Amino acid sequence: MNDAHPAGETGHLKVRITHKAFTAASGERFDVLRDIRFDLRQSEVGAIVGPSGCGKTTILRIIAGLDVDFNGTITRPLSGRLGMVFQEPRLLPWRTVDDNVRLVAPSITPEMLASLFEVLDLEAHYLHYPGELSLGLARRVALARALAIDPDLLLLDEPLVSLDEALAERLRAQLATLIESRPITTLLVTHDLQQAVRLADRIFLLSPRPAQIVAEIPLATPRSTRSEREIAKIVDEVSSRISGHG
Amino acid sequence: MVRLISLALFLAIWWLASFFAGPQMLPGPVKVLTAIAVQAQSGDLFFQLGVTLARVLAAFTIAMIAGTAIGLLMGRVKIADRIGDPWLIVLLNLPALVIIVLAFIWGGLTEIAGVLAVAINKLPNTVVAVREGARALDTSLDEMARVFALPRGKVLWHVVLPQLAPYLAAAGRSGLSLVWKIVLIVELLGLPNGIGFQIGVAFQLFDVTLILAYALAFVTVILIIETAVVQPIERRASRWRNRAP
Repeated sequence: MNDAHPAGETGHLKVRITHKAFTAASGERFDVLRDIRFDLRQSEVGAIVGPSGCGKTTILRIIAGLDVDFNGTITRPLSGRLGMVFQEPRLLPWRTVDDNVRLVAPSITPEMLASLFEVLDLEAHYLHYPGELSLGLARRVALARALAIDPDLLLLDEPLVSLDEALAERLRAQLATLIESRPITTLLVTHDLQQAVRLADRIFLLSPRPAQIVAEIPLATPRSTRSEREIAKIVDEVSSRISGHG
Repeated sequence: MVRLISLALFLAIWWLASFFAGPQMLPGPVKVLTAIAVQAQSGDLFFQLGVTLARVLAAFTIAMIAGTAIGLLMGRVKIADRIGDPWLIVLLNLPALVIIVLAFIWGGLTEIAGVLAVAINKLPNTVVAVREGARALDTSLDEMARVFALPRGKVLWHVVLPQLAPYLAAAGRSGLSLVWKIVLIVELLGLPNGIGFQIGVAFQLFDVTLILAYALAFVTVILIIETAVVQPIERRASRWRNRAP
């Protein structure tokens, strides 16, 4: 009943999850996701926004193929190169930053790596070990690693969470620059509507558990030309919609 | 410095003991060192040392590689653990002597039978240590490797083995000493050369000086291996730990 395979049009992500349940330690089964269906076109940036604990990460894990115990189908972009940034950076603590990135992307040229590290401000950290990095830096290394493989699909799990505001703002700007310059279909998960409106082309609002998509909001103005006023207006609109749903 | 004082104390006690026990029972340090020099001059010492050392390394390598593979399998696959566990308990509790004697009976008094007998003696310890390590592997890194479609060889070398390093180091440390002790018994029982064989000959002549000379020479070699090879490898493997912010 389920499969997660690369097929279909180039760069197109098609998600059809009809049902997903977890079994608790007590043996009790409870529903997590119900009828999650959405599409992302090539180069589109989608943001899944919902209350914490509603199953956002589960959706990403299903799309990444890490969780195959669900009903439905996932159609990943054609060549299927997948880059993912987990909520915790998940770097190898016994390898340097440089080795961590090269390990997953052995064919990356030194020039490509250098330009990636330049955008992400990692140039001083090539030879550091992950244990020597702050969370913000480690998150950026994880992002560099995901982009180094030149992915067709990029999955980001709360990429800006637990960073202070200035740092989150900077990483958001870097992230925008990086996905703007490549034809990557991107799906990010966040509980922060503000960030979603700044980054995404299309927002999917989730209800609390069992999560369903309560609204799909396309953002017409391109990311780079969205004004602060526009952003504030969209955020207001969407927030009132959420509270309307209870 | 403390080590030197400790060593001097050891030599003093040895010398005193030999004074009271008499040179027949326990020859003094000078006599033993002279015997080592004589054996070294004839070239016999180096030949016997080399033969024994080669057997130690062969048995150690076989036991570590096979033990790591089996331990990983048992730590990761439940059914393999269920099947392998009773075997492991049998092997852990089988006396070394039984394994050695059986190996020589079934395999003849050959080099291969001898080395395998030693390796089989060491194998279960490695399996137990590595199995513990494999059970403690970090699933979040495992998932990372799966998402980025890392090939198996890379996962083993860059993700799994570094996590097993402390367990492998523990198994290796205790393994080296266990292996060389058993190698000597194997040589005594069924092989025509090596330190164990020489000690057997000396035992028949009641030549305590020669027994101590060979034992001391071999312990020195093992100590050198420990400080010059094992410890640098451990330091290198744990380099990343010492650099926390």
